[in-house]
Amino acid sequence: MERLITLGSDMARLWEAYGPRYLAGVQNTLILALAATAIGCLIGLVCGILNTIPCAKQDPLPKRFLLKLIRVVVRVYVEVFRGTPMMLQAVFIYYGLPYFTYNSVQFSGYSGIWAASILIVSINTGAYMAESVRGGILSIDPGQTEGARAIGMTHVQTMTGVILPQALRNIMPQIGNNLIINIKDTSVMFIIGFTEFFAQHRNIVGVNNLYFPSAAIEMIGYLTMTLIASFLLRGVERLMDGASDYQLVQADALTMAAGTYRHPGKKRARQPAWNRNLQPRGER
Amino acid sequence: MDQQPILEVQHLSKSFGSHQVLRDIDFTVRPGDVTSIIGSSGSGKSTLLRCINLLETPSQGAVRFHGEDVTAPGVNPSAYRAKVGMVFQSFNLFNNMNVLENCMAGPVKVLRLSREEARRRALRYLEQVGMAPYIKAKPRQLSGGQKQRVAIARALAMEPEVLLFDEPTSALDPEMVGEVLSVMKDLAASGMTMLVVTHEMAFARDVSRRVVFMSDGVICEEGEPAELFAHPRQPRTREFLSRFMAS
Ligand SMILES: Nc1ncnc2c1ncn2[C@@H]1O[C@H](COP(=O)(O)OP(=O)(O)OP(=O)(O)O)[C@@H](O)[C@H]1O
Ligand SMILES: [Mg+2]
Repeated sequence: MERLITLGSDMARLWEAYGPRYLAGVQNTLILALAATAIGCLIGLVCGILNTIPCAKQDPLPKRFLLKLIRVVVRVYVEVFRGTPMMLQAVFIYYGLPYFTYNSVQFSGYSGIWAASILIVSINTGAYMAESVRGGILSIDPGQTEGARAIGMTHVQTMTGVILPQALRNIMPQIGNNLIINIKDTSVMFIIGFTEFFAQHRNIVGVNNLYFPSAAIEMIGYLTMTLIASFLLRGVERLMDGASDYQLVQADALTMAAGTYRHPGKKRARQPAWNRNLQPRGER
Repeated sequence: MDQQPILEVQHLSKSFGSHQVLRDIDFTVRPGDVTSIIGSSGSGKSTLLRCINLLETPSQGAVRFHGEDVTAPGVNPSAYRAKVGMVFQSFNLFNNMNVLENCMAGPVKVLRLSREEARRRALRYLEQVGMAPYIKAKPRQLSGGQKQRVAIARALAMEPEVLLFDEPTSALDPEMVGEVLSVMKDLAASGMTMLVVTHEMAFARDVSRRVVFMSDGVICEEGEPAELFAHPRQPRTREFLSRFMAS
């Protein structure tokens, strides 16, 4: 109990002295995580789409070759960035790019560190998302594609209008996962000098040795960020699902649809508007 | 009957690998025709419709639309499909859109109508199939019969020259079959050109003006429904019909 009180007062002292620095760290962490997740999802989307372009035997040879090549390149990208630690990738890119380009490309100064961090976390996220997007597209019932084809939609229209919106909805949980992982794992970017939340902790305890109280602040800080993120993500998912009930539209309200057609089921149209509750969608 | 045909299927064959599913199919669809295709399971009825719609590529032969071979290289299948509607056994409504959006997607994206015009058109056809009150519902909130009626409205909203149906009532509970069949019956009466794969013998006999009986990937017999049902000439037709009428 007494220990807890000491811990509490130490944390309060730390917060008093370094609060703005912790908060600046939180800010950098969130910006990096959000930006990299967004860019990573775009990379994943592009890779996933490229990977699922249908390739028929009767297509011309150059097209088939190109598709094959794209698939190989995406495969290599995914395997390399999924299969190595992000910290190492950071070092590799931050120091390696200037090395191989004889310093014509280098990440200099504060903005350089930002650029390198966003780049690294993005391509890392992209490697994970590429597979999620591919799976998301493949999981959509082929009937959806056929329905779209049957009314004359092109491949691009089918993708953007029908398949991707559904695939995106299905992979929202994975996108959320990636955001939460990124909030935590951007901490390894201290290795190239990025001052996110965890780097602030290292700097602060470097001067006062209050390791444990500062770590406690970090724990609370990270947990708060991830909890808020998952709460917001749930909200986004609910928003994407739309209402679980719908209003019947009175036939009279359909001013456009003036027709003399008498359908046998016409009575139904005269019923008052009613709501219909539906069973909750199954967990994925 | 002297009108120019809309569709001509000529010497059409289709194989999946070494499995030949369709053999040398020949037939013609003229404006206003209501043709039923019947036959036992696996005889290739769906494959034939899918070849006509180019969802499958025919292995041999031609599908002519107003005389033009749409299987020829260089023909844009999307532009052709926009004029040939299809209604599937499993509805295939777009799950990410509500009823109205389902019926507007084609007119807006493919026909490039203005949203207002597409909306008017969609509502007109939804009204026709009795689904106008449900425009805000998502497909998962509808019964099978309602979904199929929306699917028919979606196809009609493209104002196609021919409408293909692949067993539109097979996935439905018996009490919903009637509502879909009555929509189709009204369509037939309105002069729509229809090609219907069905197991509903009553529809084939009473509504369609021509019946095609398929067996093992070939057209075994075709003719007027009254004639074909009362006096089938081929033994296989007789066997199929007697099995169906008994059940
Ligand atoms: N994509 C495919 N690949 C391989 N074989 C297929 C494919 N589609 C259909 N077939 C085969 O073609 C044959 C005819 O199938 P089809 O679906 O056309 O029959 P059907 O007459 O529509 O039957 P049903 O009344 O059961 O719907 C079947 O033997 C089936 O196994
Ligand atoms: Mg079939």
